[in-house]
Amino acid sequence: MTLSPPAVPDTDPVLQVDDLRTWFDTRDGVVKAVEGLSFDLRPGEILGVVGESGCGKSITSLSIMQLVPTPPGRYASGAIRFKGRDLLRLTPAEMRRIRGNEISMIFQDPMSSLNPVLTVGDQLTEAIVLHQGLDPRAATARAREMLDLVHIPEPERRLREYPHQLSGGMRQRVMIAMALSCNPQVLIADEPTTALDVTIQAQILGLMEEIREKLQTAIILITHDLGVVAEMADRVLVMYAGRKVEEADVVELFERPQHPYTRGLMRSVPRLGADGEGSATRLAEIPGIVPALTNLPAGCAFADRCAFVTDRCRAEYPPLVPRGPRHLAACWHSDTLPEWTA
Amino acid sequence: MSAPILEVENLTKHFPLHGGLLQREVGRVHAVDGVSFTLARGETLGLVGESGCGKSTTGKAILKLTDPTSGTIRLKGVDITHLSRAQMFPHRRVMQVIFQDPYASLNQRMRVKDIVAEPLGNYEPDSSRAERLEKIAALFDRVGLRRDALNRFPHEFSGGQRQRLGIARALAVNPEVIIADEPVSALDVSVQAQVVNLMMDLQAEFELSYLFIAHDLAVVQHISHRIGVMYLGRLVELAPKRELFRNPQHPYTEALLDSVPVPDPRRRRKRAVLRGDVPSPINPPKGCHFNTRCPLAFDRCFHEAPPLREVAPGHMAACHLR
Repeated sequence: MTLSPPAVPDTDPVLQVDDLRTWFDTRDGVVKAVEGLSFDLRPGEILGVVGESGCGKSITSLSIMQLVPTPPGRYASGAIRFKGRDLLRLTPAEMRRIRGNEISMIFQDPMSSLNPVLTVGDQLTEAIVLHQGLDPRAATARAREMLDLVHIPEPERRLREYPHQLSGGMRQRVMIAMALSCNPQVLIADEPTTALDVTIQAQILGLMEEIREKLQTAIILITHDLGVVAEMADRVLVMYAGRKVEEADVVELFERPQHPYTRGLMRSVPRLGADGEGSATRLAEIPGIVPALTNLPAGCAFADRCAFVTDRCRAEYPPLVPRGPRHLAACWHSDTLPEWTA
Repeated sequence: MSAPILEVENLTKHFPLHGGLLQREVGRVHAVDGVSFTLARGETLGLVGESGCGKSTTGKAILKLTDPTSGTIRLKGVDITHLSRAQMFPHRRVMQVIFQDPYASLNQRMRVKDIVAEPLGNYEPDSSRAERLEKIAALFDRVGLRRDALNRFPHEFSGGQRQRLGIARALAVNPEVIIADEPVSALDVSVQAQVVNLMMDLQAEFELSYLFIAHDLAVVQHISHRIGVMYLGRLVELAPKRELFRNPQHPYTEALLDSVPVPDPRRRRKRAVLRGDVPSPINPPKGCHFNTRCPLAFDRCFHEAPPLREVAPGHMAACHLR
């Protein structure tokens, strides 16, 4: 079955991140975890954020949620605009009214975000009572409704159970139910299926798509898995060493990647069913390792690992420039890269 | 075809569960439930399956890190199933291991040269320290570590470098079989490719046999010659990889292949091929273990476990419908 990704209409963004810098002051120097990041998120859109460990994808989501511990963290510049307000300028009390209500988040490991000594029902109703002001009876009804929405069988029984009595996939469903219980406009999902088996992952991804359709929730999907991005995202943002190095609609990105790092990522992933007889072929490697964030070079952070590097790359950081329809890439040599063949 | 270097026959590992006042045995976790396969010289056999399917326990039992409940393990024709630690000593040289988390498997207080030298000292006690150091330095060259890193400690290495260290340590005693348990799943994809390539190069160079245990089907497909699929303690399918991917015979294998997201946005598929969760290995379903989720299950599947049998040359599957 072939489905092309749905086009997201050009509506006003629900969330705008503008020149965000999230830095950490450490003994080894300033860690620039997020460095000059900008993007828009539209209602009903799934924005995939891809990158390897240390690229800043998780700190971006924690910044939006205002969950970065300050100190050692600080927002060195930028704005995160949500419904006309800059989240970076809200008081903690104002932010608490938004967090878990209008913007909510699900994490990789549901067990670490669920309270082991409270029942599923207690945890679900807590947020509903707090944010929606419902009485306990109505909140329980709503909680049951939410478990139905995420296709948990026997919701009545599950409400009385504790997290340890649920399987991994079931816990992730509870997390999603909790995150959705206040009808958020923005859902941030940080590696939501990484800890799950593939058959369960398929179920959870299907559920997230269904929720986007039903509730028009905008989803920021953070993942290292290009397969998950290709199947889920409308638009994709590729991060490397704290910066956005490429952004495009999903088909455009996979068919015309314009940054050598994006290309390297795509080539280094073995593809199911693409291999011939024997194990003779080699995977394309990206040589070397990610640079330390305390000691980033003046120029392009990918320069040391890049096959197309020139003196200019080492001297000056390349700006993000348009490289196609709704397509941005930060590489001095995008226009001279060889034709892309997957 | 020469004799297999490793033969596993009807391997079973049950973990007893104790409970109640007298701590009697109240149940058993059927971690591995009658697994049989062979591994040829120079071959990579991939073992895939979801968490709790018993693939890691199978590896541990073969390494004798846990005692099998029943079954036979033969290494180069010698039955090692019931050997004592001392009796196992010469055989351990033949069979080495690479773990998932290289950090947890490296002693943080030892310099890396000593970590890699330790197995060498065990097996070549007569060699001089200088000889051993030279051998280790050569190993470092081979696995892509710099010689000047010899005196460092594990925490000074990145994840990919630590896995190279783990490989160097396993290779130090010239093994013939390597059991690799999720060796690349903790690594970033760009680094994962480096380690997979290294393992394939080393196999070609030293004629190593790998039992490659992993949950990532794409990686397993890339590195393996044959692949075994496990579900709830049992091997449900075993075939040359091309055959397995082109012509899967077990409904679980089919579902597993269909569940893997494809990195191509034009090939988005209908998802959630399988409903429900994997049942607990404490009380696995009677008959075929897959019967609770199988779209094709019929009467017989609920009371009779299908044996693993040959459905095409070299292609084994355990399903009543094949």
